[in-house]
Amino acid sequence: MIPRSAIASQLAEAGYVADRDLSTALWMMDHLSRPLLIEGEAGVGKTEVAKALAKVHDCELIRMQCYEGLDANSALYEWNYQRQLLAIKAREGSGASVSEVEAQIFSEDYLLERPLLAAIRREKSPVLLVDEVDRADEEFEAFLLELLSDFQVTIPEFGTIAARSIPRVVLTSNGTRELSDALRRRCLYHYLDFPDVDREAAIILMRLPAIDASLALQVARVVGLLRKEDLRKIPGIAETLDWAATLAGLGVEDLRAAPELVFETLIALLKTREDRARVTIEVAERILGKVA
Amino acid sequence: MNAGAAPLKRDDSEPGSSMRRRLAGFVATLRGAGFAIGHAETADAARVIASPAADRPHGLCIALRALFCSRQTELARFDELFAAFWRGRGVRQAMRIAVDGGRTKAPRRFEAGPGAANSPAGLPERSLAEGPEDGASDGRGRRGGASAHDALSAKDLRRLDGAQEMAAAIALAERLARRMRARLTRRERVRARGRRIDLRATIRRNIGHGGEPFDLAFRRRKSKPLRLVVLLDASGSMELYTGFFVRFMHAVALSFKQSEAFLFHTRLAHVSSALRERDPTRALDRLALMAQGIGGGTKIGESLATFDRWHARRAIHSRTCVIILSDGYDTGEPALLDSSMRALRKRCRRIVWLNPLIGWEGYAPSARGMQAALPHVDLFAAAHNIDSLAALEPYLARI
Repeated sequence: MIPRSAIASQLAEAGYVADRDLSTALWMMDHLSRPLLIEGEAGVGKTEVAKALAKVHDCELIRMQCYEGLDANSALYEWNYQRQLLAIKAREGSGASVSEVEAQIFSEDYLLERPLLAAIRREKSPVLLVDEVDRADEEFEAFLLELLSDFQVTIPEFGTIAARSIPRVVLTSNGTRELSDALRRRCLYHYLDFPDVDREAAIILMRLPAIDASLALQVARVVGLLRKEDLRKIPGIAETLDWAATLAGLGVEDLRAAPELVFETLIALLKTREDRARVTIEVAERILGKVA
Repeated sequence: MNAGAAPLKRDDSEPGSSMRRRLAGFVATLRGAGFAIGHAETADAARVIASPAADRPHGLCIALRALFCSRQTELARFDELFAAFWRGRGVRQAMRIAVDGGRTKAPRRFEAGPGAANSPAGLPERSLAEGPEDGASDGRGRRGGASAHDALSAKDLRRLDGAQEMAAAIALAERLARRMRARLTRRERVRARGRRIDLRATIRRNIGHGGEPFDLAFRRRKSKPLRLVVLLDASGSMELYTGFFVRFMHAVALSFKQSEAFLFHTRLAHVSSALRERDPTRALDRLALMAQGIGGGTKIGESLATFDRWHARRAIHSRTCVIILSDGYDTGEPALLDSSMRALRKRCRRIVWLNPLIGWEGYAPSARGMQAALPHVDLFAAAHNIDSLAALEPYLARI
């Protein structure tokens, strides 16, 4: 187990700039073997946390994207019916008994692993990312809860499969639906906010090493101010990185020296027509004026 | 659980008994403040306290916060409670003190903040809330039989006499909300079979026939349960009705798992969590605290804009009916009301505006706010008595 103090630096090595709250939460995941529920606006880097965690522990990342109508068949396991049918047909003339055929076709060879089953059958604990769990139905949530407490799966034709290792589970939610209290109570909770200016600048520098440090800081400041504007879609970290890369590619060194270029490249940050109309050249200049 | 391969070992060190009692006191305080904390969490908290994370008070606060909080709104409150409970006398000292000191903190005080004593305008007074607590009046109301109910359900809510009639009316409203729930969901079970064949499920089902598809499996669209979002105007002009509507909202929140409730006046308050409280008195208490700071006037447009901006994305899905309970007397700009109603219209299936004034003789929706909102409303109906609320049900069933 990684000591608490080392987690932040190891995350940084993995390319993720974490604050103290998050590194504590990640340490507690291991200490208490509880899943971690991360909530936050779209684009604050919720999914990245799981990716970085997998890098830190040097293990596999198993991702399950939730969507409406997701059921046990596509989340847990499924029999490979086509292969089973072929096997039955192939043995039709061979005179094999019914029980022999059954034992054959309900064996592991014919089992299709889906993310949840895969997560508990690895030799080394993987990181299981249950992405956007709020998009799945409530019934699925209850099912997930059961798996997260027992870490075993019962397949009627086959028997019970116990976990070879306990995965580290990260759940993310965008808040499109209220999650059940039971799931919330089971999990550790972390609310991921947009990073402050210094942290965002650090993220830009980490992801785009070629960029000038003062430009990174200016970009982080502009984005920070822009997020305070009344926008329909608040730019996320990915958008910041796009914009910083655009500016660096255009050879901009100081934002204040090129206000028109800044205004034209804002399309990397503003993704709706209303937002584009709201941030006029005057607004852009006002924001640039504050970036001293 | 496969212990051999588990990534961690259990920590053997245990906190001392006085520390454990102190922790129990803290958990009790948090529970009193509305945190959902189980035994497993308390046991894990003891492990955290025994770990190096607890070396420094701030580290302990961060660690316990991740464990005990389960939604964003709880985070800030947790810090306050933590500071009050542990830092009131310094953590190091607190670890030595027995639990008695901890119990003196009444959890509600933290939620309340300064000036909690006076009930905000428009919200029900205590006496009203206590009505149904009085078992005798409730019982007598029921013995009155159907005819008494009929008379009561047609009576204007303003004219209800005393706590007894009020309690009976509230009981009627609660039963109505439950019945609505039963009817609105029963529709789903009697769906026709689907149109598309589910190939995978068909093969699965016919393995027993050697793979010959005798028994077809269909795929059909799962219909979402109807979600109700209630926005209640709690301004002074609605005062006579709010108490009753709050109880109706409470009953709706309890019987519809998917429902959201908001109060508005000069600003908007999200009160669903308070209404999930089963006990009506406690629910209303929490509601009163959450809806504090009610000033004069009603800013419907602004409140709806706030709703659209911050809550609509989560609260509204494709089968949602937004119910606005308001008299339409808006002190804000009609243009803003118009634009926010327009935005709301785009998001939800139906907008129902219930106006208690419609039941009055000679009422015409001439208020400027009402004029601005009407073009966007699907159903504009009365809500001055229980019958008018009941008339809503068949409409909702068709959504």
